[in-house]
Amino acid sequence: MPKDTGIGASPKRREDVRFLTGKGRYTDDINLAGQAHVVFLRSDVAHGRITSIDTGAAEAMEGVIRVFTGEDFAEVGGIPCGWQITSIDGSVMQEPKHPVLAHGKVRHVGDPIAAVVAETRDQAKDACEAIEVEIESLPAVIDMKAAVKPGAPKVHDELAGNLCYDWGLVQENKEAVDRAISAAAHVTTLELVNNRLIANPMEPRVAVGDYTSHDDHSTLYTTSQNPHVIRLLMGAFVLGIPEHKLRVVAPDVGGGFGTKIFHYAEEAFCTFAAKALERPVKWTSSRSEAFMSDAHGRDHVTKIELALDAEHNFTALRTETYANMGAYLSTFAPSVPTWLHGTLMAGNYKTPLIYVNVKAVFTNTVPVDAYRGAGRPEATFQLERVVDKAARELGVDPVELRRKNFITEFPYATPVAVEYDTGDYHATMDKLLELIDRDGFPARRAGSEARGKLRGLGINSYIEACGIAPSHLVGQLGARAGLYESATVRVNATGGLVVMTGSHSHGQGHETSFPQVVADMIGIPEDQVEIVHGDTDKVPMGMGTYGSRSLAVGGSAIYRATEKVIAKAKKIAAHIMEASDEDIELKDGKFTVAGTDKSVAWGDVTLAAYVPHNYPLEDIEPGLEETAFYDPNNFTYPSGAYACEVEVDPETGKVEVLAFAAADDFGNVVNPMIVEGQVHGGLAQGIGQALLESCAYDADGQLLSASYMDYAMPRAHDFPMFAVDSSCRTPCTHNPLGVKGCGEAGAIGSPPSVVNAVIDALASGGHDVGHIDMPLTPARVWHAMHGGTPNQRAAQPAAHSEETTHDRSVAGAATNV
Amino acid sequence: MYDFELVKPASLQEAIEAMQAEDAQALGGGQTLLPTMKARLAMADTLVALSAIEEIKGICTDDDGRLCIGGGTTHAMVQRDCAESFPALASLAGRIGDPAVRNRGTIGGSLANNDPSACYPAAALACNATIVTQNREIAADDYFLGMFTTALEEREIVTEVRFPVPEAAHYEKFIQPASRFPLVAVFVAKYSDAVRVAVTGASSDGVFRWNEAEAALSGNFSEDAVKGLSAPDADGMISDLHGDGAYRAHLVKVMCARAVKACA
Amino acid sequence: MTKVTMIVNGKSRSAEAEGRTLLVDWLREGLRLTGTHVGCDTTQCGACIVHLNGEPVKACSVLAQEVDGAEVTTIEGIAGADGTLSAVQQAFQDYHGLQCGFCTPGMVMAATSLLRENPRPSEAEVRHYLEGNICRCTGYHNIVKAVMAASGQDVPAVAAE
Repeated sequence: MPKDTGIGASPKRREDVRFLTGKGRYTDDINLAGQAHVVFLRSDVAHGRITSIDTGAAEAMEGVIRVFTGEDFAEVGGIPCGWQITSIDGSVMQEPKHPVLAHGKVRHVGDPIAAVVAETRDQAKDACEAIEVEIESLPAVIDMKAAVKPGAPKVHDELAGNLCYDWGLVQENKEAVDRAISAAAHVTTLELVNNRLIANPMEPRVAVGDYTSHDDHSTLYTTSQNPHVIRLLMGAFVLGIPEHKLRVVAPDVGGGFGTKIFHYAEEAFCTFAAKALERPVKWTSSRSEAFMSDAHGRDHVTKIELALDAEHNFTALRTETYANMGAYLSTFAPSVPTWLHGTLMAGNYKTPLIYVNVKAVFTNTVPVDAYRGAGRPEATFQLERVVDKAARELGVDPVELRRKNFITEFPYATPVAVEYDTGDYHATMDKLLELIDRDGFPARRAGSEARGKLRGLGINSYIEACGIAPSHLVGQLGARAGLYESATVRVNATGGLVVMTGSHSHGQGHETSFPQVVADMIGIPEDQVEIVHGDTDKVPMGMGTYGSRSLAVGGSAIYRATEKVIAKAKKIAAHIMEASDEDIELKDGKFTVAGTDKSVAWGDVTLAAYVPHNYPLEDIEPGLEETAFYDPNNFTYPSGAYACEVEVDPETGKVEVLAFAAADDFGNVVNPMIVEGQVHGGLAQGIGQALLESCAYDADGQLLSASYMDYAMPRAHDFPMFAVDSSCRTPCTHNPLGVKGCGEAGAIGSPPSVVNAVIDALASGGHDVGHIDMPLTPARVWHAMHGGTPNQRAAQPAAHSEETTHDRSVAGAATNV
Repeated sequence: MYDFELVKPASLQEAIEAMQAEDAQALGGGQTLLPTMKARLAMADTLVALSAIEEIKGICTDDDGRLCIGGGTTHAMVQRDCAESFPALASLAGRIGDPAVRNRGTIGGSLANNDPSACYPAAALACNATIVTQNREIAADDYFLGMFTTALEEREIVTEVRFPVPEAAHYEKFIQPASRFPLVAVFVAKYSDAVRVAVTGASSDGVFRWNEAEAALSGNFSEDAVKGLSAPDADGMISDLHGDGAYRAHLVKVMCARAVKACA
Repeated sequence: MTKVTMIVNGKSRSAEAEGRTLLVDWLREGLRLTGTHVGCDTTQCGACIVHLNGEPVKACSVLAQEVDGAEVTTIEGIAGADGTLSAVQQAFQDYHGLQCGFCTPGMVMAATSLLRENPRPSEAEVRHYLEGNICRCTGYHNIVKAVMAASGQDVPAVAAE
């Protein structure tokens, strides 16, 4: 029987009522008295030197309060980067300055040059057009491989070149890996692109800066996944505002998917301008503006080689990846292709030798950073594609090849620096096969063929690492932040609780699921527990919501704080009942003394804590409020197996997803309804990446997919109902809830099964296509079927120049697109 | 948007007068014009909203049996009210944009704009519809003059579109998944004396007639007649991130064959 | 500026509008009805759908002055006067048809129109009707289930499939 309440139940989400009735409070719904509006003048060239800016005419226009340029920020810090990577040669990464407003040069289309603050948004927009800017155009750096050649134009004049870092994992293993590949019975090679994406949360970014002179306090309302991180980065590194003088509030946030993790120039600008003008300053991004100012995701070009012995055991794996950083280093950008990607290259397999090389490159494009999955989709895609290709080359069953190489003993230390605590990859594969009726596939294929369609089935495994931790380790790896989470549990005199958490929901339903944990532990109704989040003045500290960390890390902090509360409450209860602390038990909201019929209700104990008439004042202080900082000692490692069944229309190349199944192991599950919803959303974004989504630049650095007219995202009719299952559960061994993360799995695990399915479908029609780069648009599939070269403009910068395609086609017979 | 004065004439005559203002622009349903103006890619001093003019809305049949659709008729009305009289046209209208867009967008607005990927131009050209303005009647064959270009003069308003209803017709559309406009779409109209085939989405010159297919189909109205043809020349086809010219040319043939098959 | 008056959620409401003021901005800024959202600038996403004289329209592509005098229903006007959620709203909660909530007002307005036009739509009809509404969180799975359930059709329970 499904539970009604507590851990494992699926209560209706309490936040839904306000969202369903139009009462949500998003940042753009906030309007402060006396508020002015800012509009940014953005570069329309990818790379150029600013030779002059004349703001005179704009400043004279009606309603204009002030026009800011890069000069106004000369005394202010740049937008900081939160992670430093060390290259193979021991040097630290090249880290360019990232000014709030462009200074000297513009480095991507959308780079802000000036900001007009006016009484209304339209006035600011009108005045923007009156700013006279002269820019001397420079050659755009777009193709990554060309960018790192000697003599290439430089994105940042002050740097040695466009190579940010050249990273190896594990460098000591490189020679052994090379030897193993040379000696292998079979080597499967694949060159591929992980397409550049734009997260596109439905709520565009908004920032409202406010300043009160009477107490010298600044407040920023912003669309952020992690307000405390913004407070720290913006206060300490950009504006020099101490944290006790700065409040950051993220109210309801309309989706994030990673792109609202980062500290952005617009946030710093609004906070800065509000103080300079002593007026609230609001910025609302238009969708078109979002395309050129929100951090993008993915954008890797990779060569992967898998070595197998004669028995088809994986013996070695070698990868080389070019990772696009864009024009500046966004908050967590350097960590994505390295520690969130290289460490996952073992996947679900016991490959003994692995070497990963990543070259991060600056280009004249929007900065690239974490997007749902962040590094792990890139790792999973290349690995699960190369395994599938190996199976095809060797003529073996792709499921059996995977099973043969699955890790089966845990804990398992991979050759790429991480240790998996638990997992059961055969179990999720078994569950998947139950969901998809693989035996019935030949008949279904025959049915499709009778209708002139090609049917394919693609299967893959995945593993991911989430809840990035522990702080002491990530510090060694270059993180400039801790990766704990904090929680304060405040019990009121009448027994209700307020939980202040540093995790912040942007759709995950924390207001519903976190109370399930607390209420379950105490044995009280969930409506006695209220969640407070998203405000640095209300919550002590927080690292925010990303990397599928909320429950595993934030939930564990709540668990720990609740444990402390219970421990103290037991002391009070012991005093009241004149018993020993150790004999006190808490169940169903009642304290009892073991072996007796004595009891005292939760509410009586909480009242005693605040009205301490009969209270152990000599031992403990009055009050009942506890804070915990939880710093996990490892990542959690969700895993699973996914399958996609497609039909390809051979006349048009159009791919239709007929079925998609996901069998996940998330460890223990607090709210199955929310977990399923997270998987559905992840699948939609992963399938979207595979079939539809592509952020495309031309060779001059102009963004071709610059609005919803050209950036295709899935609609309701692009999907069937998904079959998802999370009944395979190997609880995480190192957090108190035994939970793993579920927010990104769908986006990580699904792209390879879609592509595997299309390759399978084409093969059934006699089209031996080794690989097609995502997104598998009808045009690309059709061209691939006919041995042609599809329009390269649909690829991202690194993949579309002759340079790169030549390199890829020379090395990769597989890549015939 | 740049600001403008909005006027809302209640009659065609008032609209014609309002259009005499300097830099006046007619506003149909606004589903293309307003986004374009929001992007500041278009501007006007006076915007003349046609939505309140009842006399240019509605659908009827004239003495020659032609289906006459007022220029201010929304896609939703065509979808609903032509389902029996001209199902292929109703089907076309019912696949423009989405339900909310169809409640605002109008046939007159679509034909006046002549987006190279719009749906209605394909139907109008395939049927050699008559585009009626306050001044004259223009045959579709003379009306479409290239991408976003028509025979309309300044201040001319599309008041009605008259379609000779074909014996059989079908509109086959392959969508561009982001904009949901056609990547390529083909309207096939079979009359007793001729077959006409109009293609939208494919050519950088906008909607065009595929003469080879018309000739082949006039003798043998069958899918096979289309399959026996070469795809039209890829030169001059739109090439963008959704598909290059060769792919679009190929799709023209596929969509045409499917449209013919669906007519049967 | 011109004073524009409409019947909004059953009450006569007035606010100023320029020629260029969009219906969505008039509602959000003029009337402070912030439940209607702006998710794009190309009439693609559907977050701004309201009912104009009973029919769904994208309020980001309608001029406020043009529809002066019209009847408008926004998401704030869908629940009962006593706060009881409509069948569509209730089904969205029951079937977890929303996550971040930003596209939700437009989804609810679109779904409400669909069920008015087609009281028992098939799954395919639901998916097709929602073609003008983008959701980035749910993968549409639970939205489709919610709309089916709101129409009184049997739908598998949430988290029990």
